[in-house]
Amino acid sequence: MSIASVFDVALVALILAIGASTILVRKAFAAVVMFVVYGLLLSIAWVRLHAVDVALTEAAIGGGMTGLLLLGAVARSRSVNVGGPWIGRPARLATCALCALVVAGLAIAMLHPPEVIPTLAPTVMESLPQSGLGNPVAGVLFVFRALDTLLEKVVLLLALLGVWSLAPDRAWGGMPGLHVYARSDPTLIFLAQLLPPVGIVFGIYMCWVGAKDPGGAFQGGTVLAAMWLLVIVAGLQKAPAIGRLWLRGLLVAGPVLFLAIGLAGWVFADAFLAYPAGYAKPLIVAVEAALTLSIAVALGMLAAGPPERAQQQ
Amino acid sequence: MSLVMDILTICAVSAGALFFLAGTVGLLRFPDTLTRLHALTKVDNLGLGLIVLGLLPQTSSLLAVKLVIVWLLVQLSGAVVTQLIAGAVRQHGADG
Repeated sequence: MSIASVFDVALVALILAIGASTILVRKAFAAVVMFVVYGLLLSIAWVRLHAVDVALTEAAIGGGMTGLLLLGAVARSRSVNVGGPWIGRPARLATCALCALVVAGLAIAMLHPPEVIPTLAPTVMESLPQSGLGNPVAGVLFVFRALDTLLEKVVLLLALLGVWSLAPDRAWGGMPGLHVYARSDPTLIFLAQLLPPVGIVFGIYMCWVGAKDPGGAFQGGTVLAAMWLLVIVAGLQKAPAIGRLWLRGLLVAGPVLFLAIGLAGWVFADAFLAYPAGYAKPLIVAVEAALTLSIAVALGMLAAGPPERAQQQ
Repeated sequence: MSLVMDILTICAVSAGALFFLAGTVGLLRFPDTLTRLHALTKVDNLGLGLIVLGLLPQTSSLLAVKLVIVWLLVQLSGAVVTQLIAGAVRQHGADG
């Protein structure tokens, strides 16, 4: 066995162990920490599979942003101080049965693969030069399966609406509370002054390079959101009231531009979400830039939580 | 020349790995939060630093700059997080 395969086997064993302990550990906080570690290990696994785009997304979203959301949820459930909802035995058994069904389905698919694995990869690589993009993942996301990508961004907005709808009526349109995060501290302020210039450049770079190499709107947007949250949590900048027009404008800018270009495809090219010949790359880069901003704002507001204070005029 | 570089790489990366091992042992064996943090910062600082140093002769100049930036960023975040955890421990005790 070569060193690489020893590493791979050890990595898989570690992922399984961390995954099991995420479920078995009793305290919610410890489970979230395990989940973040799980996400980071999973991103190493994706790198080993040469899926760097997926690895970046897993590290940014699976490890970072989801971890942050879950930590916020743990802190909130602590501050509300209610015991967890009682789950009866039938519901537990039903959950167990459904999970077992999913595992069985996956196991059957893995253990009995078809003779020839169906793939569209050669077709994608053949048609990719027409779009002017160099990264096949960006090609699939914005050219071949653009509708999926568009709907994905709309789902993000729906998730944000879900969080906002938890607000009490008197706080609607107001500012997120952020009380789940640590209070401001000189060290945190130091970091919040030093890191954002680096992080913002890096986020923009990640979005820009996504057309040619691994990277893209989601990864870049997550880095920008993290920088924004750092500044807000450190107390250098207030979280915006959710009623602000600029905030809502930024939130919908990406999906609206994407949709507008998609609709224009009917006129200038021959189908919805088709790009006119020769203009594909500039259009895609414009959509990616707008989406990066929208994703950054949406993720930042998701992590900031529902509004808790009425807006002060 | 390349032999000298390879020896440098092997020595530095091995020393870095040794720091990672020692830091992990410290994390598991040291008695309280502050001493465990002390062990962890050595890993960030020297362990990763030595590994980056060892990898520098093996890469192109652009990649070398990226590696050094990664080291500096990990140092910054490690130092800040250590300070924050230590401050929280001092204020609320190890369980808070």
